[in-house]
Amino acid sequence: MELTLWTYEGPPHIGAMRIATSMEGVHYLLHAPQGDTYADLLFTMIERRGSRPPVTFTTFQARDLGGDTAELVKRNLREVVDRFQPKALLVGESCTAELIQDQPGALASGMGFNVPVVSVELPAYSKKENWGASETFYQLVRGMLNKSPSEESDQERSPTAWKSQGRRPRVNLLGPTLLGFRCRDDIIELEKLLDIHGIDVNVVAPLKASPADLMRLPKADLNVCLYPEIAESTCLWLERNYGMAFSKTVPIGVGATKDFLEELHQLLEMPAAEPGQGAQHLRLPWYSQSVDSNYLTGKRVFIFGDGTHALAAARIADQELGFKVVGLGTYSREMARPVRAAAKELGLEALISDDYLAVEAAMSEAAPELVLGTQMERHSAKRLGIPCAVISTPMHVQDVPARYSPQMGWEGANVIFDSWVHPLMMGLEEHLIGMFRHDFEFVDGHQSHLGHLGGQQRQSEEHQAQTEHSSTQPHEVPSSEESPLWTPEGEAELAKIPFFVRGKVRRNTETYARQAGCRHIDSETVYDAKVHFRA
Amino acid sequence: MSSTTLLKESGPREVFCGLTSIVWLHRRMPDAFFLVVGSRTCAHLIQSAAGVMIFAEPRFGTAILGERDLAGLADAHDELDRVVNDLLARRPEIRTLFLVGSCPSEVIKLDLARVAERLTGKLNGRVRVLNYSGSGIETTFTQGEDGALNCLVPSMPVSQEAQLLLVGTMANAVEDRLKNLFGRLGIDKVSSLPPRQSTDLPSVGPGTRVLLTQPYLTETAKALRDRGAEILQAPFPLGTEGSRLWMEAAAKAFGINDIHVANTLAPLMVRAQKALIPFKERLTGKKIFLLPESQLEIPLARFLHRECGMELIEVGVPYLNREVMEPELELLPHNTRIVEGQHVDKQLDRVREQSPDLVVCGMGLANPLEAEGIATKWSIEMIFSPIHGIDQAADLAELFSRPLHRRELLNNKLLVSA
Repeated sequence: MELTLWTYEGPPHIGAMRIATSMEGVHYLLHAPQGDTYADLLFTMIERRGSRPPVTFTTFQARDLGGDTAELVKRNLREVVDRFQPKALLVGESCTAELIQDQPGALASGMGFNVPVVSVELPAYSKKENWGASETFYQLVRGMLNKSPSEESDQERSPTAWKSQGRRPRVNLLGPTLLGFRCRDDIIELEKLLDIHGIDVNVVAPLKASPADLMRLPKADLNVCLYPEIAESTCLWLERNYGMAFSKTVPIGVGATKDFLEELHQLLEMPAAEPGQGAQHLRLPWYSQSVDSNYLTGKRVFIFGDGTHALAAARIADQELGFKVVGLGTYSREMARPVRAAAKELGLEALISDDYLAVEAAMSEAAPELVLGTQMERHSAKRLGIPCAVISTPMHVQDVPARYSPQMGWEGANVIFDSWVHPLMMGLEEHLIGMFRHDFEFVDGHQSHLGHLGGQQRQSEEHQAQTEHSSTQPHEVPSSEESPLWTPEGEAELAKIPFFVRGKVRRNTETYARQAGCRHIDSETVYDAKVHFRA
Repeated sequence: MSSTTLLKESGPREVFCGLTSIVWLHRRMPDAFFLVVGSRTCAHLIQSAAGVMIFAEPRFGTAILGERDLAGLADAHDELDRVVNDLLARRPEIRTLFLVGSCPSEVIKLDLARVAERLTGKLNGRVRVLNYSGSGIETTFTQGEDGALNCLVPSMPVSQEAQLLLVGTMANAVEDRLKNLFGRLGIDKVSSLPPRQSTDLPSVGPGTRVLLTQPYLTETAKALRDRGAEILQAPFPLGTEGSRLWMEAAAKAFGINDIHVANTLAPLMVRAQKALIPFKERLTGKKIFLLPESQLEIPLARFLHRECGMELIEVGVPYLNREVMEPELELLPHNTRIVEGQHVDKQLDRVREQSPDLVVCGMGLANPLEAEGIATKWSIEMIFSPIHGIDQAADLAELFSRPLHRRELLNNKLLVSA
């Protein structure tokens, strides 16, 4: 049993809903009690979708449990096939149905429908949303391809088949879904990018793909794994069973987009592309180099999100914007290994957690000047008074913009420059306003998610500062035996430091004072500590 | 009873479960915490339903059952003790802890009543631990509040005193206003369930007269009656008419002079009816279709028809409690089509056939209907807006006229730009 106040990922059947809703012609029969339909609003409100998810909930109630819930499943299956006439029928269950073991998948398979039935079993008590999406996509692809084995499966496939067939190379773009981060626009950007390089797109899936499209997957020379959380298991299966290679670079950021194009050219054995081909509208490098961006140097940035977007953000922050990454983490346990490796290269220890309170604590500890995270990190950052940009799901309705705003490719890099730098400028403005109002603590009104802890800490700090200002002599703090004492002069020096790093400076100075054997901290101690920690 | 047409329907539903009511209950009682014992789905449901509307520090959470709990490898009682201890250590200000049952906890038959009793003893009165079920297999949406209030009733102190008890969550400002008005009528002792602090429970006894402020409190009303209270029969306090009848029912029970009541309420009625006029003009003759969700559908239909002149196409309710709804049903027009339960696909077929001017529905259905060109109003908004009482009638009407008004604005602009 695990106490959860808020969760980054929903249960695995939400992942299955994302796949079904992303596709066309798929209907998902979900054995589930009343109330599980809340999931519809994720699509119709966060994504503002103008149609209902193609999901039918059997809506069993307590009184059904004594009777025949299997019959209820069958009745719903018949109605679904009759009413929606899907091209493929997904069948599964949510957490409660898993407990009553009606096995709706087996029931559906036995009903003789003239529709491909794909049963997905998603263990609700051990797995989560992205895993559920990945598994569902994999089961659908496998189910569709196994149901109509084409002669293609026997062929020895090669990424260079396009040469002998005298056509442009073609690839599948795998992984984009609804409720993914900016998938809608990433696909458009990538299709443009690939076209410039003479590469055609065979199938995009699951987003907007039909079951028939899935059966065309083997016609491509190569799979592009765009979002490994969703598509990696499918890519691996296609590699094993159809000999299809797949690319592993996620083209978010300038460097990654270059690497991605190189990887594709190599895998397809195409002549190397001209450097910068098709990149005439790429502005991130120049914007980053321009003198106006000097103030971005060494900005402390804290990054948390799904594995794909956190990794990409770390690389861009470090190599393309000249920020200092002071925290990196993910809630995607499946991606823990690469995120740990990336963090290590930045001299950090990765935070792998799905506890947003742990993330907020780490954020607070790292004292960043910018937070890149999910909608929850936006809330946390707001409470801590730190500017934030959202880079990953889970997201809110405002993270699904009306305008074209991809993350991938050259235009994605431009979008990222704007969306990360704008909150930072606003942060600077806010800071200036605070200085002019002689009010460094303008964030006091917000309460931290850490709650009383966060709030009290700040309050007590302020309280301490006040009482110590009011007396001329440093006075003893009864609770600690060796804590160095802040003189009013030391406190005054500390108060000049911007609020978002003040806590860190206070701790560092105390550590230094203890090491140096100072009993009182005055302004000189603060300066000594500063030099000590910089050295 | 009037000759309304009562139909029953079953099938796939698009209705929240009782857990959703935690979203407003936790705000009403800031010293209470709602701990759902359930699955990741439960946690995701509450944050999704709440997340669109609130950004507050949550005083609700989920003890998520894992495989170990289900396989019996971990003693669920020990595990729950551990979770509760962690929680109370972090939130020492919590005075009442509600353990809320869910679909999975009901199916595996986790005995939360026993856990609550044991924990209350262990915590030595520092925190009262209660339990109720908000599971979707037993409750819909607002029924969760019925469960929560019902489990508070046994803790209410005994009192013989003559008093009026308002039962059901309302906006604080509206509650203050209604208490003030009851004072003007001459009813001085008025208390509320739920209270604003969970430890500040009102008393109950033979002198207590209960007015339900919400139509979904069947079990709570029964429990209060068992404690000696009298449940006053009245329409619900939505719109000028319902609110007046509701207040008059209390005045009558307390033996207040009719003329004094009329003199007190008449100026309020005149003012409120005047405020209603512009909305009535917009709504009169418009067709409305209410999908089942909050249980407020029948009182709203009564108000929209009788005071705003709307034509009722269909009034859906998750379930129908005839006793509680009797005074409302009597006010509905002849042959109003009331459908209890739901088959969401068939119901949406009827929506399309009837092409109403406005549909009241849940958040999952609103945008799809809007995309088909049908104006909608979220039913959950009625739960969060201050709509009770004579003075709020125009605000309530405004909620329904806004989507129509907006359509006119947008269409005009589009015509100009085209």
